[in-house]
Amino acid sequence: MSAVAAPPQRPLWRRLIGFNFITALILGVAGWYVGWFGAHKIVGPSLDYFGDIDYNELSVYLAYIGGVVGFLVGLGFLNYPVKRLLGYPPSLREKEEGGWTRYFSLCTDHKVVGIQYLWGVGLFFFIGGLNAMLIRTELLTPHSQAFPAGTYLTIVGMHGTMMMGVMTSGILGPFANYFVPIMIGARRMAFPRIEALTFWLLMAAGAILTTTVFFGGFPTGWTGYAPLSTQANPGIDNYILFFALVGLSMTLLGLNMIVTVLTMRAPGLTWTRLPIFVWGVLSTAVLMVLAAPVLISTLAMAALDRTAQTTFFNPSGGGSNYLYQNLFWVFGHPEVYILALPGFAIVLELLPVFSRKPLWGYRLAVGGLLGVSLLSWFVWQHHLFVSGINGDLRPFYMLSTELISIPTGLTFLCGMMTIWRGNIRFTVPMLFCLAWFFNFLIGGLSGVFLSDVPSDVTTHGSFFSMAHFHYTIMGGLIFTFFAAIYYWVPKMTGWELNELLGKIHFWAMFVFFNSTFAPLFAVGFLGQARRAVTYPSNLQFLNDWVSVSAFLLGASMLVFLFNLVWSLAFARKPAEANPWGSRSIEFQLPSPVPVHNFDRIPVFSSDPYGYGEGTQPVAVPAGAPAGRE
Amino acid sequence: MASQPAAATRPGDSTNHGLRVVVAWLVLSAIATPLVAIYVGPLIPPGNGSVQAQGQTFSNQVMTSLVTPVLCLMVVFFGYGLIKFHLRRNEAVLDGPPLRNDSLIQVLWIVITSAMVLFLAGFGTYELLKDGAGGGQGPNPIALPAGHKTAFQVQVIGQQWQFTYRYPSFGGMESNQLVLPEHTLVAFHVTSLDVVHSFWAYELGVKADANPGVDNVAYVTTKGPMVFHVRCAELCGLWHGYMFNNGVVVNHGAFTHWATRALALYHSIKGYVNRPADKGGAPFAYSYLPEPTRRAG
Amino acid sequence: MRVGVKLLLVAAAVTAAGVGIGFYVSHLTTLAGSPSYTVPVQNVSGHPVVHLEIQTVAAVGPQLSQNPDWVSYLIKDTSGQWVRKTVWNLPAHATVHVTIYNFDGASGLRNPYLARPQGMVGNRVLIDGKPVNAIDPNDASHTFAVPAFGLIVALPGVADDAKNQCGYAPCSLSHAHRTIQFTFHTTTPGHYRWQCFVPCAAGWVFGFGGPMQTIGYMDGFLNVKA
Repeated sequence: MSAVAAPPQRPLWRRLIGFNFITALILGVAGWYVGWFGAHKIVGPSLDYFGDIDYNELSVYLAYIGGVVGFLVGLGFLNYPVKRLLGYPPSLREKEEGGWTRYFSLCTDHKVVGIQYLWGVGLFFFIGGLNAMLIRTELLTPHSQAFPAGTYLTIVGMHGTMMMGVMTSGILGPFANYFVPIMIGARRMAFPRIEALTFWLLMAAGAILTTTVFFGGFPTGWTGYAPLSTQANPGIDNYILFFALVGLSMTLLGLNMIVTVLTMRAPGLTWTRLPIFVWGVLSTAVLMVLAAPVLISTLAMAALDRTAQTTFFNPSGGGSNYLYQNLFWVFGHPEVYILALPGFAIVLELLPVFSRKPLWGYRLAVGGLLGVSLLSWFVWQHHLFVSGINGDLRPFYMLSTELISIPTGLTFLCGMMTIWRGNIRFTVPMLFCLAWFFNFLIGGLSGVFLSDVPSDVTTHGSFFSMAHFHYTIMGGLIFTFFAAIYYWVPKMTGWELNELLGKIHFWAMFVFFNSTFAPLFAVGFLGQARRAVTYPSNLQFLNDWVSVSAFLLGASMLVFLFNLVWSLAFARKPAEANPWGSRSIEFQLPSPVPVHNFDRIPVFSSDPYGYGEGTQPVAVPAGAPAGRE
Repeated sequence: MASQPAAATRPGDSTNHGLRVVVAWLVLSAIATPLVAIYVGPLIPPGNGSVQAQGQTFSNQVMTSLVTPVLCLMVVFFGYGLIKFHLRRNEAVLDGPPLRNDSLIQVLWIVITSAMVLFLAGFGTYELLKDGAGGGQGPNPIALPAGHKTAFQVQVIGQQWQFTYRYPSFGGMESNQLVLPEHTLVAFHVTSLDVVHSFWAYELGVKADANPGVDNVAYVTTKGPMVFHVRCAELCGLWHGYMFNNGVVVNHGAFTHWATRALALYHSIKGYVNRPADKGGAPFAYSYLPEPTRRAG
Repeated sequence: MRVGVKLLLVAAAVTAAGVGIGFYVSHLTTLAGSPSYTVPVQNVSGHPVVHLEIQTVAAVGPQLSQNPDWVSYLIKDTSGQWVRKTVWNLPAHATVHVTIYNFDGASGLRNPYLARPQGMVGNRVLIDGKPVNAIDPNDASHTFAVPAFGLIVALPGVADDAKNQCGYAPCSLSHAHRTIQFTFHTTTPGHYRWQCFVPCAAGWVFGFGGPMQTIGYMDGFLNVKA
């Protein structure tokens, strides 16, 4: 039995009244109507422009902002600030409540937030994936259309936007929130309520994006280039709001991570003993905090162009479309490293466990992560090589983009030397990490082509560039996302995931992923443009091959879903505390991790990679309970 | 299994695995790289339709050949490592050797990768500045091919959703057919009337974004007569995917014949020649800023 | 929780997901709806012939659209009603006689070369009954263009001071209008887009938002079927 008593629970009926998910939905809808009518009754009639275009553009914004505010108030985010203003003492009361309703409310337990993120990110990942299946359906033949012409662009935009917005927090959300406090020996994050806020903001944002279809969708793809975005139908406002809320969520998430790691490390945990996963989270968080606000301001300008008739991006009024492109990519390039760096961190964290060797070149690996983080600010104009930017800039950005492959290569080196002469076990998490090497290599090498300006003239805006970023983002991030799931979900939930199903999922995903995206390099080289609903007939065979592979890739995800539901709901084999034999501190705790993490704050004496060095494990928390609580 | 309390490692292994891998890699690269260069090289796009396209093809070929040894290293390393060092079924899970660092490998890796990267950056810069590589360089191009002062000017106007072409040396006449003279240095001036498009002439190796209010210059030196495909390479709305047509390179005689005829037809449109822009005329300009047009009713 | 209850919950969740996906996909296939109109085919000595009667209006009105102030094309269907459908099913290898009544005012062409009709029989059109080789670009109100056929027709507009201008559609022939007639041929079966090239969605940046980029208003398809 656990030495820590289970947290108290109010009866179910009591938990259903008050500030919870149901109240949040009700207040969210109410807020939406308040915003909508406020826009129509108060603001709308005074603006002639809205009469010309026959649409009160401001109403979409005010309605959704009202809805989000109502939703957050209903969850109870204003309760604590109001209480403190009224003089109540500080408390973390929400964490104490137990039961399944925690997962649908504002909970300050970082472990609950981690699990909420896992399900939330998973839900929107599957919605984005569904859109990808629809894209490939449309591209089966260039001669007829499965969807009306504008709808295809909305589907393309939805897929890209949903994935980019949601998977940005794909590893930091679930896994960093859950494990960073444990890895640094803390009981919580620095700002638990902000942590919960980042999750619910992301959920609200996702809901806003899925409803874009009711406003006509949007034609710009995930990049939202002005002036196409400023002249588009109202569906683009959903896109703008989605990304602005995602940006806000990212900024707060990154801030929380940085402050937590800087200030809440346990005694003995010096910078050279920090797990490499935490270093990866830190380098990602810095990028999030600095890049996301740029996105928010850019989108605010686009929204102002659409509602208040400013001309930031309209040359007739003195603005420039280059302003949008540059601002967007100043965010956009660090954004793709926000997606890639957690992948590096996971691979370097898992390889020592499954090779039974220390992480090779720890300082080099940290240098690589920080180097990528720093250099990512100096490369953004490579997205604009042929757009007419000043010619003097292009050699510089070509050089800086080529240079960023050096710190990336350091990650490869450290990973490769870690498995070299090790005792490798091909467990499911390890398979996904090994696949990362293959995928990211191809992605990275194709990036070398794209960074060379003459070669970029051939491939920019074609499927080659599309295959490049799918190899790095999907092959890099998503594969490590699944590695992290198979590695850590037994710890998070206390149930094992079926290994055979995991291996089937891996092999199906790996084979069909490569079968889908490798031919796209050829398709791009042969001249098929991105986001185009039709293509030259001689490319139909390749497109059909890719589409069928994509459908099978989608099917492999169903294998994963089946494994998840089967293992967690039906088979329910209790997981050991340390199924992988890891020296990392989270595996010295029971599965699932108890509410307060540690009975006593541990003291660290080394990094968690001491395999083969004849030392005791990192820190043994005194009196840690064994088994389920 | 519980966490290992003490390090029980495999008995030491004195084979120099590293040397084996390096030798295997060198041998494989020495075989594969020439094979790739000879057999895969000629297949690499965009081909030799213009001088710039040829330059791009050369860049692509060099990079493909450079990438081959990297791929060989990964194949050899992982092929050898994953087979040699994995635990067999039912073998005890013991810790491996506590190797944390090796300065020689670190230095070698950093030096070699930096050298490759710097070479590529230098090579790319050279190829780019030589003749512009067919890419759009904005209103003030710096990569100027020889003879650029007398280049044949063609304006490409992107609008939703077609490309039209104006020839300033033929009275600014506008046509929706792109006809070019052979063996000529052509300066494309790419601009847009509304949103951002991108003029991509695949076989010519030209890609330049069309921005409203901006003149984006791209140079290309045509070769012999051919047909080439033009499509839009930047998402521009509803019919971005349908925004394509064919262009053609013809000999000088045929070109002059076509241009004169097109100009005559253009002149037949009432009221175009003499009116200034604010009275409904459309004189040639290197960029246009159309107002949302007036509507009656 | 008992296994049976769990199975039921999983089945319910899967069904809900399936229904949700089905609803989403079916909604997408009809989004920005392109209801189509099959033009009745006459057989003239073994050769298919169709007649299209089209009007372009300055404001489509609340009965035909949620955006009453948008410009639009309308087509007359077999019952004599003017409907807002811009996807037309036509036979292949047919002769198509087109009559367009334009009720909207002039706004000027952005590309004057569009003022010269191309791609139709004889390369000329009849405007108010008189054959014309090119109109004044300043008089143009809309265009009807099928880029894949090389078909371009500029539609001259109603004079600004004309009497009895049409307000909301559908417009009757007693309102001020211009009549444009031409004939073209369809060839191979396929899916061909048509659009208007005079940006006149006033109030949107550069005049190309709203109706100019929405199927069912100023853009559509010709579905040429064998």
